[in-house]
Amino acid sequence: MSDVVRIKKIIDEAYDTKTFVFDWDAETKPGQFLMIWIPGVDEIPMSISGMRGREKSITVKNIGEATDAIHGLREGDPVRIRGPYGNGFDTSSSNILVIGGGVGTAAVMPLTETLGCDMIIAARSDRDVIMEERAKACSGNVMIATDDGSRGFHGNAVQLMREAVASKRYDRIAACGPEVMLFFTYKACEELDLECELSLERYMKCGAGVCGCCVMDDSRVCKDGPVFNKGQIAQLTEFGQSKRDACGRLVKFR
Amino acid sequence: MVNLKTAVGDLTLDKPGMVASGIMDETGASMVRMLECGAGAVVSKSVGLEPHEGHANPCFTEVRGGYVNAMGLPNPGIELFREEMAEAVPHGNIVGSIYGAGPDDFRSLAISMEEYGACAVELNLSCPHAKGYGMEVGTDPDMVKRIVMAVKSSVDIPVWAKLTPNTHILPTIGMAVQDAGGDAVVAINTLKAMVISPEFARPVLSNKFGGLSGPAVKPVGVRAVYDLSTVLDIPIIGVGGIMDWRDAVEYIMAGASAFQVGSGIGIDGPSIFEEINRDMECFMKEYGYKSIESMVGIAHE
Repeated sequence: MSDVVRIKKIIDEAYDTKTFVFDWDAETKPGQFLMIWIPGVDEIPMSISGMRGREKSITVKNIGEATDAIHGLREGDPVRIRGPYGNGFDTSSSNILVIGGGVGTAAVMPLTETLGCDMIIAARSDRDVIMEERAKACSGNVMIATDDGSRGFHGNAVQLMREAVASKRYDRIAACGPEVMLFFTYKACEELDLECELSLERYMKCGAGVCGCCVMDDSRVCKDGPVFNKGQIAQLTEFGQSKRDACGRLVKFR
Repeated sequence: MVNLKTAVGDLTLDKPGMVASGIMDETGASMVRMLECGAGAVVSKSVGLEPHEGHANPCFTEVRGGYVNAMGLPNPGIELFREEMAEAVPHGNIVGSIYGAGPDDFRSLAISMEEYGACAVELNLSCPHAKGYGMEVGTDPDMVKRIVMAVKSSVDIPVWAKLTPNTHILPTIGMAVQDAGGDAVVAINTLKAMVISPEFARPVLSNKFGGLSGPAVKPVGVRAVYDLSTVLDIPIIGVGGIMDWRDAVEYIMAGASAFQVGSGIGIDGPSIFEEINRDMECFMKEYGYKSIESMVGIAHE
């Protein structure tokens, strides 16, 4: 359902990324998302990046018109939200390795905070690493990877994951990040015979499983997902290959 | 033995429930999924001559009793839709929904849908939120007649017309469809509606107004089907707010030979068809109805 909340606090996560904290009574699960209305501009899906009791948050990287408008919000401003939508992550085992890539880290942070599990935070560069302190406050093993080696492991999330799973047996990988990262995470999990859950993203309109515009093959990312397990992903021929545009046309990634 | 088989004119359906246009029917794979979930047919997303993005977000919001949407007819255009149809048609009945500004648009779209293997075409004469299309052409009986005649003279598959409740002359529009040779009417599309945010002092949808669907509209739909069935001889397909067997049977007893489910798929999930089929069969057994046909329009007696 829809609700109007007030921004209680704004946290600068990085030069281009902010977290907006608000109180909202709805029950939410790690991996679920909201639709955020920016009057006169757009309405966009945003993962819930924090859930401590009634205190919830979203974390927004400024990449376009809608996110720029959200960055212009101040403490005390009202925001109309819809949700929570989507299925969320499996929280039955805490022996999992959580991987966040870029701002995708925000989408998996509630999972790490719920389970206290091991986590990889991967980013392009030192200045793109977000939420490290939050991760360290709840997890005894936080690993950082940067593409340019400016911090932590020099390499990408999947390379660091391969090292981590070589020294410790996990029940499952749980990840959110750019699709190319998720695609190779999936490939690695297949090769290593490791279970995984990946949070996927597609252009969305209704967010509620009605309009069908975010489908990948026959699955609605907004309602059947956004979290899909390895068996489900094996059936998604569009994963890592193509997406649908606003008209419903198939657009190939390469 | 109870049988859920029904017929809309010459078209036989193993199950009386279809997926309404606009829900889980933009791609071939999602239409196949809905057929496998127990729908007797799937009506495609409304397709026009050219690719169209529809209205900007927000184009959807929940309200008490349903949804208000102004998707604005997003679709990949009839040419690309060939691929989606090719994937879905081998798996069951796909009804091709089409929208246009006048008889020529509809004629050309219907010819393509027939070529793609659609078992019928559904003319969208009722979308309440697309300028120059839908209900703007579908509330003028003369225009409706011309469109239906143009399509009827160009294709051999059944021609259905989906009507809007946003008019006081619904039976007249229904008669226009029948007089033009239309094979069935589908009623109802969404009710023109608006949602305003008090905090922001403005309409929520980017298009300002949209269409209300879901449980809130069901009594309006049942009344519309009842009204239409008092004047029409051609079959009626009931749609609007069906959530369970009871809602579906209401439409059938008002005069519908088959029904469609839209918002209910979003609210309950694709399993809604199997649930309705199972529960309707129980009801029919308990109350001694052997066929869908034996229930059609009996509320009039």
